[in-house]
Amino acid sequence: MTNMVITETVTPENIKIEKEVIKIDNLRKGFDNEGILKNLSLKLFDGENLVVLGKSGSGKSVLIKCIVRLLTPDQGTINVFGENVNGLNNNDLADMRKKIGFLFQSGALYDSMTIKQNLEFPLRRIHKNLSRKEIDKKVEETLENVGLADTLNKMPSQLSGGMRKRASLARTIVVDPMIMLYDEPTTGLDPVTSDEISSLINDIQKKYKTSSIVITHDIECARATADRIIMLDDGEVYMEGTIKDFEKSADALISSFFKKQK
Amino acid sequence: MKNISPDIKKFIKLPDVKKRVIKLSDKTIKTTQTANLFLADVGDFFLFLFRTTIEAFSREFEFQEFLRQCYQIGNKTLPLISVTGIVIGLVLTIQSRPVLVDFGAVSMLPGMVAVSIIREMGPVVTGLICAGRIGSGMGAELGSMKVTEQIDAMEVSSTNPIRFLVVTRVLAATLMIPLLVLYADALGIMGSWAGANIKGDVPFVLFFSQAFRYIGFMDLLPAVIKTFFFGAAIGFVGCYKGYTAGRGTESVGKAATSAVVLSSLLVIIIDLIAVQITDML
Ligand SMILES: Nc1ncnc2c1ncn2[C@@H]1O[C@H](COP(=O)(O)OP(=O)(O)O)[C@@H](O)[C@H]1O
Ligand SMILES: [Mg+2]
Repeated sequence: MTNMVITETVTPENIKIEKEVIKIDNLRKGFDNEGILKNLSLKLFDGENLVVLGKSGSGKSVLIKCIVRLLTPDQGTINVFGENVNGLNNNDLADMRKKIGFLFQSGALYDSMTIKQNLEFPLRRIHKNLSRKEIDKKVEETLENVGLADTLNKMPSQLSGGMRKRASLARTIVVDPMIMLYDEPTTGLDPVTSDEISSLINDIQKKYKTSSIVITHDIECARATADRIIMLDDGEVYMEGTIKDFEKSADALISSFFKKQK
Repeated sequence: MKNISPDIKKFIKLPDVKKRVIKLSDKTIKTTQTANLFLADVGDFFLFLFRTTIEAFSREFEFQEFLRQCYQIGNKTLPLISVTGIVIGLVLTIQSRPVLVDFGAVSMLPGMVAVSIIREMGPVVTGLICAGRIGSGMGAELGSMKVTEQIDAMEVSSTNPIRFLVVTRVLAATLMIPLLVLYADALGIMGSWAGANIKGDVPFVLFFSQAFRYIGFMDLLPAVIKTFFFGAAIGFVGCYKGYTAGRGTESVGKAATSAVVLSSLLVIIIDLIAVQITDML
């Protein structure tokens, strides 16, 4: 997909690919006088998978939490579909959040509810006019898509780590978001399960035509999912490019990041 | 501050008085900082109370979650409250009996025990049990929801977490704790009857008519009213401590413990205020 951007022939599809769905300018965010994100600008284009790499503690989670306004930036602007996130009133914010799916690092499944209820919860609240039958159908379909059809009535605590990740992925996509934000989707999983999650991310991109930001420090996941990669360091974009650019890079920080995981 | 004062001491030989002044100013600054933190906490507390109150009057009420919470509160506390209620009645009766015998006033035993159970023992003991059981439960539950990002997840899926989690829990506690207190009162009087039967044979009906002869409307009403405040305080403190838990897993335990401490304290304080007000009437 990045190739298509570079070979700029003027066909309608290419113009569509270049449309930006998220545009962040000079974002600054800190806690207790300590700057975490210092001057960060990035764009997410329609239909692409953007991987954001960075050491742990570099503010990757803070970045995507700012996008859905779980955190408020100290400075800078964030535009989602052309609207400034921090200028929205509560109703508009809720509408904007409906278009964004957020996969939390810890999964964040509601532990007092079954998997089915976990999926129904956002579905009922975001698509208010669905009938009982439609909800059931949608829930079953989505669980089938992530390979969890038989866990419908299980509690989150009864599932393995990988299954929990998939269940929370199902809960995120069940409401048909247009943008997906994945916070370390493969962290803490074995290599096989990680690969499964990575290919699920790709499936979702194809099937639901989402644009995604995948936050990770897992190079294999980046390799599998990235159309474009951004590396964060010290609160700024350190490098931007394709996976090939990164692998070729002679830069000490980048190559140490890539070598360690080979 | 710690870094500065030794440096100064190195360069200038300070007389004793000055040293003391520096120490004092160090201390003052530290105390001020602690006081500031405390005030910030108090501010947070009332801000949270304000937000909860506003959400409580919103049109969309999470009725299902409210019912679930009512059920949970009853389910968690009923066994403990049953045992405690009976034992209080029993023990009060056994303990007071010899004194009343000395004064030749054994016939007042049922009334005396009933009055002390209904006015004081029932509400306060139930309140404290609920502070321990429900306050800590809510603190730990919301705390772990906060730490594992479940509250964030709710917020991004078009649900107001204060409305869904906090308002329902506070209202459930406000409704359920008075009911539990009445239940404990009833069991306490039964226990008292059992205690009276250890020495001597008192018919049930006689015992009850004796007991209720001394209980007036003004015994019951203030006692019931204060239990609503107990409930609200316990539910609110539990939710507040859980909802404002820090970021690590250890903050879940902290939230639960401090919820118990603060809500028990509030139960006692509310009781004190209630007694003062009732006394004035
Ligand atoms: N809500 C918060 N309050 C205070 N500090 C925070 C908060 N969220 C994140 N931080 C701090 O910001 C830094 C970056 O955190 P995070 O974005 O979670 O890192 P990561 O890149 O591993 O996802 C960390 O040092 C963390 O302690
Ligand atoms: Mg993170």
